[in-house]
Amino acid sequence: MTVEEIARSLDLTVLSGGPRLSQPVAGGYASDLLSDVMANSREGDIWITLQTHQNIIAVAKLKNLSAVVLVNSRTPDPETLQKAEQEGIVLCRTADPAFVFSGRLYELLGRGKG
Amino acid sequence: MLRVFKADLHVHTCLSPCGDLEMAPERIALEARRRDISILGICDHNTAENTPALLRAGERNGVSVLPGLEVTSQEEVHILALFDRVESALEMQKTVYDHLPGENDEDAFGPQVVVNDRGEVLGFNPRLLIGATTLPLGDVVRRIHELDGLAIAAHVDRESYSLIGQLGLIPDDLDLDALEVSPRTTLAEARSRYGNRFPLTTASDAHFLRDIGAAVTEFVLEDGTVPEIRLALEGRDGRRLGH
Repeated sequence: MTVEEIARSLDLTVLSGGPRLSQPVAGGYASDLLSDVMANSREGDIWITLQTHQNIIAVAKLKNLSAVVLVNSRTPDPETLQKAEQEGIVLCRTADPAFVFSGRLYELLGRGKG
Repeated sequence: MLRVFKADLHVHTCLSPCGDLEMAPERIALEARRRDISILGICDHNTAENTPALLRAGERNGVSVLPGLEVTSQEEVHILALFDRVESALEMQKTVYDHLPGENDEDAFGPQVVVNDRGEVLGFNPRLLIGATTLPLGDVVRRIHELDGLAIAAHVDRESYSLIGQLGLIPDDLDLDALEVSPRTTLAEARSRYGNRFPLTTASDAHFLRDIGAAVTEFVLEDGTVPEIRLALEGRDGRRLGH
């Protein structure tokens, strides 16, 4: 399933998109400690977080994540959005809290895949 | 004349909810003197209300006290803000209070005791000092520098509430004066881990009297003031770090 298909199915607002929207999604990772995401997320994961600092884009790029989803309708810092556009990282927003969004994504991706 | 100053730039008082009630001004100053510490940074969580009392206790005991705060940014990164004058620390406190939601729950987090220099209770701070401000990290550092203070990222070697723990790596545009490592990491280890981009300091982060001086930074300075420490961190005019 691609990032774009997931964005459509789960009503995500795409804040910054580009060519990576058609990338396949491998799984998901939910964490707000960026050091933990650097250590434990996997390539192609959708990262679910409430952190809005521009370093989220650096981490997403470093780990080659398929998208970053900001929960609770959080607004990214202006530099974050700018960096996302520059680096071609998919940045999305959901009104769901992390628990709810993780559950919906887990279900959509199918048990065992996440 | 330049000489070596032993500094513990990160010490809490009984005003921090997690600070021991024994952390009263006179006792902190005495403990510092006993350990040959000549510069103390007083940094309670998101408040500077006990720093006037600490300054007086420090004066009596021959210890230079730098009034400060340990500010929690929106990202839950702890940043030390250290100043020369109480007025500047209180200005920083005003910015913090304007962006600090919530009320303290003493049963959950502990009491927040405001004291005078003799350790007499003046009142209890009702704010949620343990909480995070809504100030982005970059704004915290900019505000500290507007007030001529030092901005030091606290305990970067810890996972929780540290710049590197929360944000994974040090943002390119962050204008810090130093990185602080906790007593659990040596300065040599820290240097190999964090490179040469920022000067390194180490401090106790003491919440109990017995921990004051558990880690100290030596500076070669004329006197124990913020401009002198800034020169030492930049290695200018003969001022330098002792390590």
